[in-house]
Amino acid sequence: MTTIDTNTTDAENTPPVDPNAVSITINGRTVAARKGELIIAAADRADEYIPRFCYHPRMSSVGMCRQCLVEVEGPRGPMMVVSCMTPVADGQIVRTDTPQVKRAHEGMIELLLANHPLDCPVCDKGGECPLQDQAFSHGAGESRFVEEKRHYEKPIPISDLVLLDRERCILCDRCTRFADEVAGDPLIIFTQRGNNTQVMTFPDEPFASYFSGNTVQICPVGALTATPYRFKARPWDLEQRESTCTSCSVGCRTVVQSSRDELLRFQGVDSDPVNWGWLCDRGRFNFQSTNSEDRLVTPQVKSGDSFTTVTWSEALDTVARTVRHARPGSVALIGGARGTNEDAFMWAKVADALGVTMRDAQLDDGLPASIYSYAQATIDSTCAGGTVIVVAPDLKEELPVLFLRLRDAAEKKRVRIIEVSSHQTGLTKYAWRSVQAEPGTSAAALAALLSESAVATQIQSGAVTIVAGRGNLAESANHVMAAVDAVIGAVPSATVLPALRRGNVRGALSVGLAPSDGNDTAAILEAAANGKVDCLILLGADPLSDVADADLARRGIAGAKFVVAVDTFLSPSAAHADIVLPAAAYGEKDGTTMNLEGRVTNVVQKITPRGTSRADWMIAAELLSVLGHDSSVSTLADVQRDMAKAIPGFGATTTAVAVKRDGVVVSVPVAAHSNVVTSAPPRNSYEFRLNVSRKLYDRAISTLTSPALENLAPGAQVLVNPLDLDRVGAPEGGNVRVSNNNSSLVLPVHSSPSVPRGVALVPFNQPGADIRELIRRSDSVVDVRIESI
Amino acid sequence: MSGGTWKHAPGFYEGDRPRIVTSRFEYEDSFTLERYLATDGYKGLRTALGRPATDVHDEVKNATVLGRGGAGFPAGNKWGLTPQGVWPRYLVVNGDESEPGTYKDRLLMERDPHQLIEGCLIASYAAGLSQCFLYIRGEMALAQERVAAALNEAYAAGYVGKNILGSKFSLDIVLHWGAGAYVVGEETALIESLEGNRGMPRLKPPYFPAAIGLYGQPTIVNNVETLANLPWLLQNGAPAYTAIGTATSPGTRMVAVSGHVNRPGVFEIINGTTTFRDLLYGDEFCQGIRNGNDLKAFVPGGGSAPWFTPDQLDLPFEASQVGPAGSMLGSGAIMVMDSTTDIPRAALTLTRFYAHESCGKCTPCREGGTWLERILSRVVDGKGTDADLDQLFEVGESICPGAFPHASNEKLGLAAVPFPYRMNTICFVGPSAYAPVHSALTLFRSEFEARITKRKLISVTAVGQ
Repeated sequence: MTTIDTNTTDAENTPPVDPNAVSITINGRTVAARKGELIIAAADRADEYIPRFCYHPRMSSVGMCRQCLVEVEGPRGPMMVVSCMTPVADGQIVRTDTPQVKRAHEGMIELLLANHPLDCPVCDKGGECPLQDQAFSHGAGESRFVEEKRHYEKPIPISDLVLLDRERCILCDRCTRFADEVAGDPLIIFTQRGNNTQVMTFPDEPFASYFSGNTVQICPVGALTATPYRFKARPWDLEQRESTCTSCSVGCRTVVQSSRDELLRFQGVDSDPVNWGWLCDRGRFNFQSTNSEDRLVTPQVKSGDSFTTVTWSEALDTVARTVRHARPGSVALIGGARGTNEDAFMWAKVADALGVTMRDAQLDDGLPASIYSYAQATIDSTCAGGTVIVVAPDLKEELPVLFLRLRDAAEKKRVRIIEVSSHQTGLTKYAWRSVQAEPGTSAAALAALLSESAVATQIQSGAVTIVAGRGNLAESANHVMAAVDAVIGAVPSATVLPALRRGNVRGALSVGLAPSDGNDTAAILEAAANGKVDCLILLGADPLSDVADADLARRGIAGAKFVVAVDTFLSPSAAHADIVLPAAAYGEKDGTTMNLEGRVTNVVQKITPRGTSRADWMIAAELLSVLGHDSSVSTLADVQRDMAKAIPGFGATTTAVAVKRDGVVVSVPVAAHSNVVTSAPPRNSYEFRLNVSRKLYDRAISTLTSPALENLAPGAQVLVNPLDLDRVGAPEGGNVRVSNNNSSLVLPVHSSPSVPRGVALVPFNQPGADIRELIRRSDSVVDVRIESI
Repeated sequence: MSGGTWKHAPGFYEGDRPRIVTSRFEYEDSFTLERYLATDGYKGLRTALGRPATDVHDEVKNATVLGRGGAGFPAGNKWGLTPQGVWPRYLVVNGDESEPGTYKDRLLMERDPHQLIEGCLIASYAAGLSQCFLYIRGEMALAQERVAAALNEAYAAGYVGKNILGSKFSLDIVLHWGAGAYVVGEETALIESLEGNRGMPRLKPPYFPAAIGLYGQPTIVNNVETLANLPWLLQNGAPAYTAIGTATSPGTRMVAVSGHVNRPGVFEIINGTTTFRDLLYGDEFCQGIRNGNDLKAFVPGGGSAPWFTPDQLDLPFEASQVGPAGSMLGSGAIMVMDSTTDIPRAALTLTRFYAHESCGKCTPCREGGTWLERILSRVVDGKGTDADLDQLFEVGESICPGAFPHASNEKLGLAAVPFPYRMNTICFVGPSAYAPVHSALTLFRSEFEARITKRKLISVTAVGQ
């Protein structure tokens, strides 16, 4: 709030005069505003509430509901204007409290309620409904509408997640505007006209947007409801705490809402540097997995082929005994990127105490931690201007809200996006230049692009940011690093926004779970396969599902003598463990997390951990004491104190972030890498080069265990260019054999113009045949044959 | 030349007056290029191209050619509103004539399409516009056909296209067929429709498409009749033009009269001097009310204008006098109601039209228009209550706050409330739905009251005793 009362301006602290500053009067009070600002926004800052339905500060104004009418003094007396469309002007006199304005507000509420069913008692929105609230605060109290109201079929599903009740709709254009303007999925529109206007999808085309949940949140009435929350609670029964989503590494701010010790809903919170209030559907709805019946609730020990429940002390004793008897240097630790910084820090302490050198928070599916050694960008700095070079996965699939921010920056013409990928991504149509390079050739393609004169001119015109991530799991990470180096070589001032996707991967790598001396997950699994690992600790990690080289993962897990799985679910890897320790899930523990920019924010506990599960850091702390190490840690504050001391850059921020919505960006020094040399063998013309990319919905455990999301995965398939499909000779949707020297499997084939010729795009970790069988991490790229069967 | 002359062109009566835009209407083949050229066609264009564009612009400015679409904004001034140095800039011809009672542009397009095309060329040359879009209402099939045929002729003859008449001036005219929505007659909704979007008015500001219009470029939107004036103006000069009519409203104007008169039709009248009495009772115009009935009321400017009664018959057809008297000239359409008219039903008919044509974008129009229609139709059906009549005004207050314009009435002791009204809506469709209700209820309340059923409530306790 920056309401400035002119009478109390402190002359000594007066900043230099802002040329854009204007002063307006609202209801007799002087309010400072900026040129171009809307009256309603200025009034909001001045705590003068103007009722509204269609206005949303993160979307363009449309002035449709006409609820925000105010009086502005004009040359011909007071004029009624809509405050969401009228910019402020110096000396403007605005009144929101005259009888005329009051009459207009009451009239508009009455008109909006005329056809509203007033089924508030059975409406999910009742209690937090802008229409209900403002009908009380700005309405006349009763309606004189005695005609029959509009009738439509009660809720109709417009997607797998969202239902639409057109009777409740007040046609404010928020959802349709969001879909078009913010998400770029204009799949819902107004149909019909006049009094029959209604929001509708196109025939037989559902509102299948990854961001559909946001429309439910911004709906000012109960017209849009989401299946996971329908009829689950009344708003006044909900308790909430503000937290950070860790479904991916964007770190969107959320409120976590629960009732009766059960998570019921996540809502986006507007954090200016991060998510602007938006969430993706996976982040919004995968809270269901926390409530899942399949959660691990007790420690279990493998006996024979089945697990036996044991007590925590028995379990920790067993683990302690195993690591004590392990050969020196034969304990390994994989994972930690799903938890909090505190979890990762305490497990790093365990590793330190045991002299563990083999540790890695990634699963061979990201980039080397040295990606953090480049000059780092933030989301804001990336979207502020200049050129953004994207050598990353499809951001819409992996980091959806980062996609929204970049899309916005490109649509508003603040930045120009140059994209190098192996298929057309969600960002491609917003890119200034997009090159689809065959896997293994991205660095060369990028270098060629940079030598074009138009691109060179663009690069010189402003800041350059590289968004770097692992787009193709069938291609060595070195290709991405080489591409980054190519840009840095050309533009030394370029900054990097690392697009590694796992929730707290940056935090885990920063507080002590980064591999050293090349002992990364691949090396650990290789060592385990060769019998060199006596105890393998999996921290919420599932190598059998996530490591791209399936054979390596299988051999590694099988070769490890003793496997400890600390997890929320009995994942495929945990099922192979000798002992399973139940961990508290998201929403069940306090702590901090670090997003892809290095921004540290807090995550909060809202409900009691299921069963006897507990936070990872507690498990680690207890294991330390069982092992006879005095960890001097008994509370989260103790962990944070130790972390602030031990991790350079964390300083005093960790406790400060707990109360700040936007968090603090910290910089933890990371060793730089030496330049990598990459090469890719030429592709035989009868083969396809494999591009294995993630989709938003896959067999990730949190998606699988969320009933709303579990069926949204597109399924295993192979996508080729339409011309290539002709060459393969298989019908659209028909089965083909995909094979190379490693293995062979059968997948349905589809044509997609977004895939370049000679490339086979296969979504990763989907239900169906597992493409990972064909991938060997020793290969720089993977070529396959596709044959019709 | 194939065609003879019409004795009376259908729907149009020429009379013995100066004619600017309807001079060719008497010919049966008035829509052909042959006839057009034989009657001084494209001479105005030649004159224009022979002079600097700024000269032509000044000529139009000096003639004060008022916009004939309804708002009456001088065309020359409108052209001057385009920002300098922004290219391309467009001319959009508003041929989406859909105001109830209005059918003057339809005749201009059906019977003299070349005159319109020449007007487009002159306007584009004068205002430096690079392309022209001719938007014709979807229902006007004949106008579509005729304009399309004329455009083909004009292209073939070199009047439209590259280097027109050997000059450096080039212009393409694109014909666009509307899909039939009243609100698209509103210029910003027309632009939206032309762009391929839902025909919904754009939000103001920006107030004028001259700054940001079609495809975000400077755009001049002119009415068909406005442009049809230009060929004559360029041939005869501004002084000849201003010699006709009054100083504030020079030239002539096409008026469409419908309803209970002996001879309904379109008339080209002298701007500003002709009174409504002349028009309705004059021998060269409508020749009186049908069957010798008394005049009850008339709508002076299209269905959305507040109504007049015989009290206002002596007002001239002049915006500066009709406005203070409580109505508007709008699109030049007069609807006449004689003494046999069922006023509540007439109001319902008009209100139903506007409620149906609401685009649904803003609340007062979408909900208020339909609400008005519902109440009114109940009253007309004899199922209304006393409270309903007051409620009509209450709903109107939410659409148009404050006093709504209406005519004075001696019998009722009413003083006029001058035009314009204030509105809570984005465009004029919402107020248009209210205007007939308000006029009818203010001027003829007794007719509504007569419709109210005075039923006695049956006492429930009496049953069974």
